[in-house]
Amino acid sequence: MAQKKWPETWQEVTPGCMIFEGGNSREYHTGSWRAQRPVWDNAKCIKCGICYIFCPEACVKEDARGYFAADLDYCKGCGICAHECWPGAITMIEEG
Amino acid sequence: MSKRIGMEIALAAAEAVALCRPDVIAAYPITPNTHIPEHLSDIVAEGRLDAEFICVESEHSAMSACAGASGTGARAFTATSSQGLLYMDEVLGIVSSMRLPVVMAIGNRAISGPINIWNDHSDIMTMRDLGWLSLFAANGQEAVDMMIQSFKIAEDAAVQLPINVNLDGFQLTHMVEALFLPDQKEVDRFLPRRKPYAALHPDHPVTMGALGMPDIFTEATKARDQALVDSRKVILKVWKEWEKQFGRRYEPIEAYKTKGADVVMMTMGSMGETAEIAVDELRKDGVPVGLLKLKLWRPFPFEEMKKAVRGVKTLIVTDRCCSLGGPGGPLAAEVRSALYAEAARPVIENALIGLGGRDVTVDDFKQMFRQAGKSKGIYEFYGVRG
Ligand code: SF4
Ligand code: SF4
Repeated sequence: MAQKKWPETWQEVTPGCMIFEGGNSREYHTGSWRAQRPVWDNAKCIKCGICYIFCPEACVKEDARGYFAADLDYCKGCGICAHECWPGAITMIEEG
Repeated sequence: MSKRIGMEIALAAAEAVALCRPDVIAAYPITPNTHIPEHLSDIVAEGRLDAEFICVESEHSAMSACAGASGTGARAFTATSSQGLLYMDEVLGIVSSMRLPVVMAIGNRAISGPINIWNDHSDIMTMRDLGWLSLFAANGQEAVDMMIQSFKIAEDAAVQLPINVNLDGFQLTHMVEALFLPDQKEVDRFLPRRKPYAALHPDHPVTMGALGMPDIFTEATKARDQALVDSRKVILKVWKEWEKQFGRRYEPIEAYKTKGADVVMMTMGSMGETAEIAVDELRKDGVPVGLLKLKLWRPFPFEEMKKAVRGVKTLIVTDRCCSLGGPGGPLAAEVRSALYAEAARPVIENALIGLGGRDVTVDDFKQMFRQAGKSKGIYEFYGVRG
């Protein structure tokens, strides 16, 4: 079904606001919601992957060396990763 | 061929639903609608209907099960009353916003309290603004016919909205009436299988009920409202088809002896039958009175309303419920806003009657006709003691 990524007018809203493509939450950049951003201190990181597992946005990615960082297009700044990181490798800092 | 039978109206309504071959029925019993799903469960158990009957643990689950079933493309039905409808409330707007054509019978009953199991319209009025189409039956025949019409209206490609059929609790649900029950062949000819706009299936992913942020919510709401407004055309078309096939006429507002009438009464549901007798008796005495019976509550028939009161001096709108602390009854409020911009409009009085199962007799209607024009204030509790 051909449709725009995002309806502009009410006429473009599909019946029931149904969405016929999988994976289109990628189009929606929740990063603009963020008031704080998580910053990783790899010196303290033990590469346990807890931050990766707990991020509700699934936006924490592992790099080639096994360290982690957030994709800031999607990171909402909720702070869950920092709260869960038990070695204290993640700090939330104010945006802007 | 339709057969003429004598049957309790709730059971006849259940038979009518079964003739529509629903795939899923999910319901929780509550007086006075109970006989409808109970009889459907019998029909399923007897093997007369190949449907999934889900004995849910609450009305919230009943409507949720109907939503899920309807989302897969199934034809889903439920029924409830009063507090049961309140318990469904959270899901009702979800079903209409997801454009799922669920059909629901409501055996109308007062909302407690004081605790009351008898008839009035306060239950349906709580879901007035939730995006469902809404029909009111005046008798058993209409209840049967509207059950079948409802599936066709709701599932029409241009509608895809849930619909409720209102039957007055006890006055209709528990009354034995002589009525015509269509046969399977006739209903099959009238009502095709549902062709869903979209259906949940692992091979064709679709998201139903996604989040709507402030930047889309206004557009989504406008689209929903327009869908209800536009459904009027389909309702009229389906009623024409019904009349052609079954010979019984349906219209949003049925006029009874309104020609030359100075005073006209307006009713919804079963009270219309009693009011007709009052009109007949007064007409015999030379008093020019008439009656309007509203069958289509949502979408509200604004155009028909304007036409129906041309030349009428006084319109007495009856409401079987009170919008507490508001403008009286919900029907009168709607009628007033429909006629507000008209250059010539009748004096509109609003009588709140038949609350919590109180009988409204032929004499009561005659009395209301006689009192026309004497109402103090914009609404009155007719017959209230004190
Ligand atoms: S702050 Fe929240 S959204 Fe951002 S990376 Fe951490 S857990 Fe994920
Ligand atoms: S939770 Fe903390 S220690 Fe574990 S991988 Fe993430 S940053 Fe490293």
